Amino acid sequence: MPLLDVDHLTIDIPTEGGLLHAVNDVSFTLERGETLAIVGESGSGKSLTSLALMDLLPSKAIRRARSLRFDGIDLQAASERDKENLRGDRMAMIFQEPMTSLNPAYTIGDQLAEALRRHRKVDRKTARDRAVHLLERVGITAAASRLGQYPHQLSGGLRQRVMIAMGLMCEPDLIIADEPTTALDVTIQAQILKLLRDLQQEFGMALILVTHDLGVVARVATKVAVMYAGRLVETGPVEAVFGAPSHPYTRGLLRAIPVPGRTRPGEPLGTIPGQVPSLVGPLSGCSFRNRCDHAQDACASEIPDRTVTPGHRMACILDPVQTWAEAPALALDDRRPQ
Amino acid sequence: MTIPVLELKDVTKTYAIRQGIFRPPATLTAVGGVSLTVARGEVHALVGESGSGKSTLARMLLGLIAPTSGEIRIDGVPIAMTNRREVARRIQPVFQDPYSSLNPRKTVADLIALPLVAHRIGSAKDRQKRVAAMLDAVGLPRRMIDAYPGQMSGGQRQRVAIARALVMQPDVLICDEPTSALDVSVQAQILNLLMDLKREFGLTYFFISHNLAVVEHLADRVAVMYLGRIVEERSREALFERASHPYSKALLDCVLTPDPTLGMPDAAITGAFPNPIAPPPGCTFHPRCPRATDHCRVAAPPPVPLADGFATCHLAT
Repeated sequence: MPLLDVDHLTIDIPTEGGLLHAVNDVSFTLERGETLAIVGESGSGKSLTSLALMDLLPSKAIRRARSLRFDGIDLQAASERDKENLRGDRMAMIFQEPMTSLNPAYTIGDQLAEALRRHRKVDRKTARDRAVHLLERVGITAAASRLGQYPHQLSGGLRQRVMIAMGLMCEPDLIIADEPTTALDVTIQAQILKLLRDLQQEFGMALILVTHDLGVVARVATKVAVMYAGRLVETGPVEAVFGAPSHPYTRGLLRAIPVPGRTRPGEPLGTIPGQVPSLVGPLSGCSFRNRCDHAQDACASEIPDRTVTPGHRMACILDPVQTWAEAPALALDDRRPQ
Repeated sequence: MTIPVLELKDVTKTYAIRQGIFRPPATLTAVGGVSLTVARGEVHALVGESGSGKSTLARMLLGLIAPTSGEIRIDGVPIAMTNRREVARRIQPVFQDPYSSLNPRKTVADLIALPLVAHRIGSAKDRQKRVAAMLDAVGLPRRMIDAYPGQMSGGQRQRVAIARALVMQPDVLICDEPTSALDVSVQAQILNLLMDLKREFGLTYFFISHNLAVVEHLADRVAVMYLGRIVEERSREALFERASHPYSKALLDCVLTPDPTLGMPDAAITGAFPNPIAPPPGCTFHPRCPRATDHCRVAAPPPVPLADGFATCHLAT
């Protein structure tokens, strides 16, 4: 049984213009020890998907799924109290901007201890010791002296480390990190990502990384789910998806980023013409078809689920073998010698 | 010898930081002794982490703040002796966030024409013509001329910001993280547009970015800044193929190319940015440097000339 089983997750948000279909039929599973990266651009539904797992969606959002299970627990049937007990204890979330998710009026020590004492019957001393231990583990020096500090007294990198330590207080089975390093400098980003990966392996946790950065995905994740306009368009092991990117959107994204050693300086980058369609009102067919070079009449009605290689799937009418043949420009061995 | 379009000589900007009523103010050196030359028609990139002084330097180039000491020359003429308006005609900014840099209550036409109005250039009819020409140049449909920023996507807003900068027909654009707030596919469109406009209008870019992949893609020369100082300044090829300063190398190691076979890089440098009010003695990078020696801890390194540039490091060869 997988740790997390998401089957046909759909999120609708009522708006003045009609129903906004923010997330449509998203399915994936996650095992302990795996890192799933959900990658997409703004409005793709990647953050809402992760919030739906924690039941932290905006109140007017309507969540439906055929199945939404965490370690066998049906999240749709679970009581508010049960979900409260899961959050922070067995599932933890790390947000992009730690300044807004840490309480400015309480010290780091109080907030870390609270994270543990909320779920476990432990005394202050035990909670404090665990806080110090985890602060050290996430690479904060003089950890004991940090406990009395307030969030504003720490740098962005330190605050993000504190958030990670807080997420680990109860040794969760699943950590969801939404753009955890986007606000940080590149050297700090590398340190934090490495730390997350090391801790994940050490504690045997499952990790969901929500990001727009394909470099982060390739380096940290074991599985990737590419989202576009509320749908999962391509998913599979990272080596498979980056080795043979098959959905036209995934290929478009990979062509759009400059890569030292691969793209030639000064040459035009690949672009994806057009814009993301409105997701308000009834939707049909492939939502990428208005921007796709390969669009056919059939794209207006069907969204196939094709297997590229075992475990590597895409929602596109194109023949995976044919797309493989077209993909060599992106294949990893086709590089400018350095 | 041709005169560089921008020349910085030992430019320093310090701020007095109050530390309470009874303690004397401390000095924060935001930019310390920066010397650079930017040749006409080149893309000169400036990379560094937050707090390194990149934006302070940009604001001095735009004439918005004056250096505490040192000199900035535009086409050989000191900026201090140039009228503010003249500086604005020659050097225009493109900022990071097109959501906050455009007045939400002005139409696209008003936004792009604003610099012309401020400088009293042309009649109303001329301005209209130039606005329309600018829309064409940045690839915005003319029907958008009466749109408000709130009705546009991030990429379209950044195009408006670029059109507003170009309407003055400047020589130099100071681009401060122009694509950091944009989605991946939109970033590609804006970078392609910037390269096209550079060729079309013969522009020079001073391009500030923390994204080294973007810098490698479009820069001719790259300056790496750390704690207010340029630690390395090289041609693009030299920096990306044989960076000399340990900090430049660490930044390059942290570029995450989308290659799953590589895994996470070992960050060669640890720790975080030091307090700029009390910078470390000697080389300011030594507490984080994997190669620091006793000499580095006491003596500040001079710039060491290298093929294609210089590096400010005792170990540079």
